[in-house]
Amino acid sequence: MAALDQTQVKEGVDQETVDAVREVGTYKYGWDTDIEMEYAPKGVNPDIVRLISEKNEEPEWMTEWRLAAFERWTQIEEPNWAMVNYPKIDFQDQYYYARPKSMEEKPKSLDEVDPKLLATYEKLGIPLKEQMILAGVEGAEDAPAEGRKVAVDAVFDSVSVGTTFQAELKKAGVIFCSISEAIREHPELVKKYLGSVVPVSDNFYATLNSAVFSDGSFVYIPPGVRCPMELSTYFRINAENTGQFERTLIIADKGSYVSYLEGCTAPQRDTAQLHAAVVEIIIEEDAEVKYSTVQNWFPGDENGKGGIYNFVTKRADCRGDRSKVMWTQVETGSAVTWKYPSCILRGEESQGEFYSIAITNNYQQADTGTKMVHLGKNTKSRIVSKGISAGKAQNTYRGLVSMHPKAKNSRNYTQCDSLLIGDKCGAHTVPYIEVKNNSSRVEHEATTSKVDDDQLFYCRQRGMDEEEAVALVVNGFCKDVLQALPMEFAMEAQQLVAISLEGSVG
Amino acid sequence: MLEIKNLHVKLEEEEKQILKGVDLTVEAGKVHAIMGPNGSGKSTLSYVLSGRDGYEVTDGSATLDGEDLLEMEPEERAAAGVFLAFQYPVEIPGVGNMTFLRTAVNAQRKARGEDELSAADFLKEVRAKAKSLKIDADMLKRPVNVGFSGGEKKRNEILQMAMLEPKMCILDETDSGLDVDAMKLVAEGVNALRDEGRGFLVITHYQRLLDHIKPDVVHIMADGKIVKTGGPDLALEVENNGYADILAEVN
Ligand SMILES: Nc1ncnc2c1ncn2[C@@H]1O[C@H](COP(=O)(O)OP(=O)(O)O)[C@@H](O)[C@H]1O
Ligand SMILES: [Mg+2]
Repeated sequence: MAALDQTQVKEGVDQETVDAVREVGTYKYGWDTDIEMEYAPKGVNPDIVRLISEKNEEPEWMTEWRLAAFERWTQIEEPNWAMVNYPKIDFQDQYYYARPKSMEEKPKSLDEVDPKLLATYEKLGIPLKEQMILAGVEGAEDAPAEGRKVAVDAVFDSVSVGTTFQAELKKAGVIFCSISEAIREHPELVKKYLGSVVPVSDNFYATLNSAVFSDGSFVYIPPGVRCPMELSTYFRINAENTGQFERTLIIADKGSYVSYLEGCTAPQRDTAQLHAAVVEIIIEEDAEVKYSTVQNWFPGDENGKGGIYNFVTKRADCRGDRSKVMWTQVETGSAVTWKYPSCILRGEESQGEFYSIAITNNYQQADTGTKMVHLGKNTKSRIVSKGISAGKAQNTYRGLVSMHPKAKNSRNYTQCDSLLIGDKCGAHTVPYIEVKNNSSRVEHEATTSKVDDDQLFYCRQRGMDEEEAVALVVNGFCKDVLQALPMEFAMEAQQLVAISLEGSVG
Repeated sequence: MLEIKNLHVKLEEEEKQILKGVDLTVEAGKVHAIMGPNGSGKSTLSYVLSGRDGYEVTDGSATLDGEDLLEMEPEERAAAGVFLAFQYPVEIPGVGNMTFLRTAVNAQRKARGEDELSAADFLKEVRAKAKSLKIDADMLKRPVNVGFSGGEKKRNEILQMAMLEPKMCILDETDSGLDVDAMKLVAEGVNALRDEGRGFLVITHYQRLLDHIKPDVVHIMADGKIVKTGGPDLALEVENNGYADILAEVN
């Protein structure tokens, strides 16, 4: 059966829009998709919050939940402690809700795209198989090269437009749909878990998200079920001056397993765009969740203009004993990134792992890291962070490892390596370690190195050009993390590493 | 094939002249050896020919089949057929030896407008060539030169040379740090590549490598210049009497 038939079209989104999004795979990421948008008025206030809730046909309890979050948001200050500098965001000068209305013309020809960007994406080798499936490409599902199936939920600006492989997932008892659908169809699950990992008042951006989140993905894996395929969400910010606030909620019930992929793209704009997502993961007894992100938002141009401001709160709660979570992220995009995927290790013998590659070039700034909060006995965590800076970029790793009094016999191992390309960039490592019992152990290793001229010359003497040589050396530096990614993503990530460092040497 | 004329080279960063007028021609199919005391400029010559940063050519020229090498980027020289077996092979953590080789081979093929080698063909070729150098599958998978013994590093250089099939092979002290068995392996690897169309410049401090790789011409380099040129016997003379006599004679 063609994937096309399996794409569930969300109500309120017309067929042309769906077709347009299906074609995401056929144009390049930098393309400003020519779709007429329906906007809510600029700015945020209780009326806008109500309007978003109404557009999503939400029940009353959800509207109230949002309004409470908004009330809270007006009382807290924007944080400024992260090592990033950016012009103050005017939160009243953003659109908080935009959805594709209809598409007047078919996508325009490739000639209209900035050739620089086009060249970038050509090298990237996208479309991905997932996008092909979403695009309804004949036979994409059976493409042998990648073997595994991946179910995709695509979020286009504020709205989830379709989810593939619904029927097959349903057979396994897996729920994979947009969060707005989950609020309507599975209120008992949403009520129980939403905000239980990232409380409404957690931080400035999370609180704003709680008030205005427009859509996102929802996953529930029932007890004992190993999800039969990878689940994936593609986020794309298209409309100008529009903030994207998705909300992802993943629940892995007892003894279940799921691998979840998140990919992000945005067109090139000279005005900055805001992205403030919240991801909550609940992992019950003996369950395991792998969450991988390849983030390739537009980073701003070589002069530091434009780009996505990425303020994201991601947290996994290992509630059950022997539960396990693994975060893997490759961050190459965004102008400003502020992001700390965290693990709450509550269950006994629960485990958290964090593997990260953060690449910053030109004027990009990244302040990322993780928090490992050990609450249960015999819990384990492992952090492997690879930061690469080039151009005038600043890259900060900030990691918190906290061993609570009851987390007896717990272990953390942190390895944090920075690589510098050129001498105008910077890398910073800021570890925070709190150990409140005497049977736990925390190990931290940090290194900073430069891309070595001798390595580059050696590669070039063998015939590689300078960029290829840098890419090879940097991919070698990142190997431990690349290995932690699912196969399809690892290939894409390797190419991204090469592309995001172009022009960084010489 | 390789023609070096009156080559003068100084360090880019300081006023230190290292090569002071080197003249040398290596014909296709021939093996030339350069011997000389430490610090005479042998490695510098190999680096300048292959395009390493940090040196400034103040006079003279170097061409390969009439093409000006000194104008080219290092990777262009590689694609044109210049290969340097490094005195100190460089470690590249995290990059598998096989990945490195394949990237290099395909980069050169691409630069020459040839198709990339298919994964299967490449594998077949690497395995056969690795076997004759006693390089096992494990060494092919390990990161480039990381944790390799001295002998493994040098054999790995020869494997790269065998895979890249260069026109002009420059070997810088490939014998240093090798025991007799490893030296034989390396020499066999080099001899297997001897060919009418290929030139060799073998830099060595000691004569013993030249027992296994028989040179056609031997040059003695001292203080940035070729001071004496002769046949294979010249190497034996150095072996027996050291450099002192030759240098005294020249001065
Ligand atoms: N990058 C450099 N910086 C400082 N001195 C150098 C550099 N490269 C070469 N030299 C000097 O140039 C001379 C020749 O060195 P080298 O070419 O390595 O000689 P050889 O290989 O014959 O032993 C030596 O005196 C060495 O110290
Ligand atoms: Mg030397």
